[in-house]
Amino acid sequence: MEALAISLVNAVPLLAGVPLWAVTLLLMVVVAAVILVFALTFEGVGSLVLRKVAGDIQARIGPNRVGPNGMLQFLADGVKLVLKEDLIPANADRLLFKLAPYFAFVGSFAAFVVVPFGVGLIAADLNIGIYYVMAVTSLVVIGVLLAGWSSNNKWALLGGMRAAAQIVSYEIPVGMALIPAVLIAGSLSLQDIVRSQSGLLGIFGWNLFHNPFTFFSFFLYFTAAQAETNQTPFDLPEAESELVSGYNVEYSGIRFGLFFLSEFGDMFIVATLSTACFLGGWNVPFFNAGTLPWIWGNLFSLGVFLAKAFTMVLIMMWVRWTLPRLRVDQLMRMAWKYLVPLTFVNLLGVSLWLLVFKGKGIPAMIASLFG
Amino acid sequence: MTTRTDALPTQEMTINMGPQHPSTHGVLRVILTTDGEVVTRAVPDVGYLHRGLEKIGERVTYAQFMPFTDRLDYLAAMNCNCAWAWAVEKLAKIEVPERAEYLRVIVCELNRISSHLIAFGSYTADMGAFTPFLYGIREREHVNDLFEMICGNRLTYNYARVGGVSGDAPPGFLEKTKEFLDYFEPKIDEYNNLISYNKIFVHRLANVAVIPAEEAVAYGLTGPNLRGSGVPFDLRKDEAYSVYPKFDFKVCVGTGERGTLGDCFDRYMVRINEMRESIKIVRQAVAQIPDGPVLAKVPRLFKPPVGEVYFRSECPRGETGIYLISDGSVNPFRLKIRTGSFVAMNIFEKVTKGLMIADIVAVIGSFDIILPEIDR
Amino acid sequence: MEAQAIFDMLKGKFGDAVVELQGEGFSPAFVVVAPAEMNAVARFLRDDAALSFDSLMCLSGVDYKEKFAVAYHLHSMKHRHAIGLKTMLPRENPSLPTVDDVWPAANFHEREAFDLFGIAFVGSKDLRRILLPEDWEGHPLRKDYKYPDFYHGIKV
Repeated sequence: MEALAISLVNAVPLLAGVPLWAVTLLLMVVVAAVILVFALTFEGVGSLVLRKVAGDIQARIGPNRVGPNGMLQFLADGVKLVLKEDLIPANADRLLFKLAPYFAFVGSFAAFVVVPFGVGLIAADLNIGIYYVMAVTSLVVIGVLLAGWSSNNKWALLGGMRAAAQIVSYEIPVGMALIPAVLIAGSLSLQDIVRSQSGLLGIFGWNLFHNPFTFFSFFLYFTAAQAETNQTPFDLPEAESELVSGYNVEYSGIRFGLFFLSEFGDMFIVATLSTACFLGGWNVPFFNAGTLPWIWGNLFSLGVFLAKAFTMVLIMMWVRWTLPRLRVDQLMRMAWKYLVPLTFVNLLGVSLWLLVFKGKGIPAMIASLFG
Repeated sequence: MTTRTDALPTQEMTINMGPQHPSTHGVLRVILTTDGEVVTRAVPDVGYLHRGLEKIGERVTYAQFMPFTDRLDYLAAMNCNCAWAWAVEKLAKIEVPERAEYLRVIVCELNRISSHLIAFGSYTADMGAFTPFLYGIREREHVNDLFEMICGNRLTYNYARVGGVSGDAPPGFLEKTKEFLDYFEPKIDEYNNLISYNKIFVHRLANVAVIPAEEAVAYGLTGPNLRGSGVPFDLRKDEAYSVYPKFDFKVCVGTGERGTLGDCFDRYMVRINEMRESIKIVRQAVAQIPDGPVLAKVPRLFKPPVGEVYFRSECPRGETGIYLISDGSVNPFRLKIRTGSFVAMNIFEKVTKGLMIADIVAVIGSFDIILPEIDR
Repeated sequence: MEAQAIFDMLKGKFGDAVVELQGEGFSPAFVVVAPAEMNAVARFLRDDAALSFDSLMCLSGVDYKEKFAVAYHLHSMKHRHAIGLKTMLPRENPSLPTVDDVWPAANFHEREAFDLFGIAFVGSKDLRRILLPEDWEGHPLRKDYKYPDFYHGIKV
């Protein structure tokens, strides 16, 4: 960001008199605004796509009234939510009630900062990228717990407790499943992880095909992350048919909208993390996007990245509409008795592999056979 | 009640699974006392839909009561219509033409299929799989089209009459019925592949709320709830009324295939298998149906002889028993309707002790209750 | 087993408590029993091997204008025969022993009879109104029931 600010000051003579920190700050605000717009657009369009995909799977049409083929439904929903009456239950804890949606939204939105959209398109290439994402997405737990507690409603409380238990339990497999990618890249930064999958091997350079353990950890990550984002089969906290929307139940209007949006944001984060860590990120197959001029390289890699991320989002939606829901004790059992041991064994396997084969994956070894 | 577990005092929570709830299949209120997620007591509170049908029955004539039976179990309205018709005919000893009986059986079994589709769909939706519900609704629309052909209505049919049925099947009805059966039969396998044997679904249902056979009989359970516990009792075979003796079909019983005999999964699978048997019955009925009149000559304000009769018929949700007392006048003297869902609520409190809240929903769905039937 | 045979068996065991057999025009036939012996008769009907009426199909209250009655419809899974039991009760304070310890199925039906007729079942494990609100006054299915004008201030 500093480098960008310096080059901007040099390029535009008008800004010569402005102190560097102001320009940097302004730049940060602009980038944050751009990402916010992208996030909100994705979340809005994502909700529409979800409903259309649901309609497709369920042999019906989905929204088709607002706009061509229902494309503007999310705008209509947004306007509706903003215009709704803002109800706060009588005995609710007002401050916490108002605060909760922001925790959930910030928890999901702050993770967008380290998402590697393209060759040079990343808001902040933190050298603790994955660690930062794991830490910041935990804020959602606080938001959900606050919502459940402050609603003064037993059903909301149950939903909030379930959500907290679920998210906290599934943090461990998520983290453990991401570490193989970190080990292969040798860095926590997401751009480094993506770059480690580039090269002449193309698709086979992906971490997915590196060794059997990373292949396995992709599925472990995807499963555990589906639980992190409260998607069916792990949508117990908002089980519509049991808890009547769980921790959300007393929320109305844009407060509810924030919870709703943060759910899609979380989905996108999961998709981008899995893309970046296992599916090659923005690497265009058999092509080095860095060689192109800045704008084309970024556009190309952005396109590839978004294509992969959206495919993962679609798969998540597909699974959501197909499978039934796990009961809370089955959920906990799955996390602690199955996923945690499996991810630990996986981690051990990857470490041993990297030690024995000196960091080379299976495709690399096959390629070296042919010279 | 406060208990001390090691260092932390805990307290039981009383939650109201109120009359408005997505999973209670109607306006059922369940008062849950839970210790965390585990239910210590679940008391059902029924009566939110009580409309006094039995009192109304004492003021209207026998023929006028027919539309009220539609509202008794609106998802299986044909079965309730025919149950009332059969009860009055048994009381007044009225001969029903054979074609009318065949038509009654055809619509009753088609309605059984559509009722079980809703049971299947809403049960899976309660369990979190939203898709099979819409597939069930889609198939049910075909059945509704058939009913619209035959009587003009898609929900509350008012089709049976005392002495027969209100109208003959229009030309093309039997062919369309056969087409529907051919279309629908492979779908059952499709749904079994999609959801019935899905590992998550089986884990939610297996070994939940096991009801042994003796208990099921002692608590008066009937229909798929009783057969799910392994008791091969089906009124269509054991008390063969109407033209059911002429058909060849199996009685579906629970087998404990994925858990214990008498658990929720068995009750669910009995309903799925019953759909197959209903298809068989309708096929045979369509093949064997004779020509003839569809309504016997019954005076509009007829007076049955003095007497009391109890007629049981196999409705999709259990046995609908009608206890009819006549004092020789045009109105019934007393009519009592005993429904399968009412009796299923009896065992609810016993069976839900120690289950989790998520299982309460599973139990309600497995009993396939419907509130108008409970409350009348 | 025929209704007459069942009646004879009961008459032999319980003597005067078994009043009469209502056969003609009644399907199934009813054995009219004195109210006080209801529980014992029910237990005998369930436990006797030749009878084994293990399933209570229906339990209804009836208002016969001069008196009340409770009608039981029983069925045997083993022998596949059915019989009816009936007791006649006076209009003032109608009450009789419960049978819900013999057939647990009776509980909800007895609650309904209590709710709609006011018939008290002595010894019932749970006798509350079931279909109507707890604070409803009167018993609607009685022939002399007067509809209330207001309920909690709402015009009914």
